[in-house]
Amino acid sequence: MSKLLQLHDFGASSATSFEALRSSATQTGCSTTGGNGKSGCGSAAGQGDLPPEIWEKVKNHPCYSEQAHHHFARMHVAVAPACNIQCNYCNRKYDCANESRPGVVSEKLSPEQAARKVIAVASTIPQMTVLGIAGPGDALANPAKTFKTFELVTATAPDIKLCLSTNGLMLPDYVEQIVAMNVDHVTITINMIDPEIGAQIYPWIFYNHRRYTGVEASKILSERQLLGLEMLTARGILVKVNSVMIPGINDRHLIEVNKAVKSRGAFLHNIMPLISEPEHGTVFGLEGRRGPSAQELKALQDDCEGEMNMMRHCRQCRADAVGLLGEDRSAEFTTDKVMEMEVEYDLAARQAYQAKVEAERDAIAAARQRELATLADETATIKIQVAIATKGGGVINEHFGHAHEFQIYEVSTAGAKFIGHRRVDLYCEGGYASETGIEPILKALNDCTAVLVAKIGLCPKDSLAGAGIEAVEDYAFEYIEQSVIAYFKNYLERVGKSEISHVARGDADIRQGAFVAS
Amino acid sequence: MAYKIVASQCTSCSACEPECPNVAITEKRGVFMIDPSKCTECIGHFDVPQCVAVCPVHGTCVIDNSVPRASAA
Ligand code: SF4
Ligand code: SF4
Ligand code: SF4
Repeated sequence: MSKLLQLHDFGASSATSFEALRSSATQTGCSTTGGNGKSGCGSAAGQGDLPPEIWEKVKNHPCYSEQAHHHFARMHVAVAPACNIQCNYCNRKYDCANESRPGVVSEKLSPEQAARKVIAVASTIPQMTVLGIAGPGDALANPAKTFKTFELVTATAPDIKLCLSTNGLMLPDYVEQIVAMNVDHVTITINMIDPEIGAQIYPWIFYNHRRYTGVEASKILSERQLLGLEMLTARGILVKVNSVMIPGINDRHLIEVNKAVKSRGAFLHNIMPLISEPEHGTVFGLEGRRGPSAQELKALQDDCEGEMNMMRHCRQCRADAVGLLGEDRSAEFTTDKVMEMEVEYDLAARQAYQAKVEAERDAIAAARQRELATLADETATIKIQVAIATKGGGVINEHFGHAHEFQIYEVSTAGAKFIGHRRVDLYCEGGYASETGIEPILKALNDCTAVLVAKIGLCPKDSLAGAGIEAVEDYAFEYIEQSVIAYFKNYLERVGKSEISHVARGDADIRQGAFVAS
Repeated sequence: MAYKIVASQCTSCSACEPECPNVAITEKRGVFMIDPSKCTECIGHFDVPQCVAVCPVHGTCVIDNSVPRASAA
């Protein structure tokens, strides 16, 4: 337990975007916005008026709530290796390239092994609130394994929320079972609603005992996906839609997809960048199709945002990921280790722990609100992006050289908004800084004005300064959003006094591959 | 009278196993195999062999020439 506390820095906490949205709907004045950034000022657009029962469902979900992901953990179990469609961004010879780090074959588990693993993890990590089945194939191409796993877990650990990811082809057939099993959330990957575009993404599907190809295949897939979505939302199940942004194929089309899924009741849209490294051996990778840049992805997410909540913190995790979103602990829970572990499921202790986290999140929300109030008289139209080095807990608590990823916030007088994360290779490998190490980091942070860190060496600080990025240690161990706003205020002051001049930043690289903390 | 699985190509994804109308496909320690005495090439069940149609890796479920072809009963 002490190990956990130390890992997750429970000194701090923060509100979720939904909290922000909910408060923006009930309070006067502006609040920081999360998912629906444009509705910060009292607008009830998007999901700002989430009914309480839905709010209860999402508030501790690390994947749905971009600040819950600082505090709550999820795990995926790889019980579902079979799939019934083929995507050009996936090569199943290696593993699913979409939800799982390609090239690493996840341990495939039987439902019994999976259930034991879930209980073992939940006993070790009390903030583990969500169990997802996300492949490596399609959860509903493996209905027997998926539902058996859920059944076994619910029997021992009824407090764990269940979610599953699917391509949607078989979804209409399993809606009743999903409702009966008390599944909280379903994620459907929908990349198109136009079968002509679909034909460029899906070479084939297997449906009704035969293989369909071309436009016909995508037509069936799209119809089944949208029908399944409608059926689920009609039954009150929360549905998130994932889309892979494929430049040149569906990038502009995803705006149409966004409208289509919103009108059918999807409550969150997660647009993810295409992963297409040639060595993964996918069709897109081999034909040299590139993924989007950070600003292309952000622009598309912004264009869709007026329509509904956008999810921006997805790590495109492995199908066997364990832990907080920024910190993969799957290596601690291999089948061998799990089978040896003494597990005791202590529901009361888990709940007490989660209540503590809840209280701390309230504290951080209040701190952010106070800081934001100090910007009330500012009229500047400047918007900047700031990178944060954090290990989680909603605090700036990571050394620049130890950061596996940076979280990116956009800040203006309307507040601080989380817009994504950038993975990087460790700058400081094995205690000494490598000369070549800084270049990729500069590229990954090129659209940021500053990086807020717990600590940074002189050398990288100079390199960052040379690239026009200010490295700031002043907010070490402070709450993230509060600090971002405070930094912004200070920035405006310096611009006002002409100590510095505000310059627009460029674009940045998105590092390929799913997040795996080493 | 059967299909076989080219083991070196198989991803062990298990997609074929539940599709076979004759329960001819089994897994032993991650390796998938077709029992030729059970496989009917799906004749009489479906227009196309199910294992071939669902397998993600082209050329993995193939005709086994060492046994005679199946024919409609
Ligand atoms: S893949 Fe995305 S949705 Fe799934 S756990 Fe990771 S962040 Fe959440
Ligand atoms: S051809 Fe048909 S009967 Fe033979 S193994 Fe494949 S699915 Fe089974
Ligand atoms: S579908 Fe193909 S790859 Fe998958 S287990 Fe069967 S033979 Fe192997």
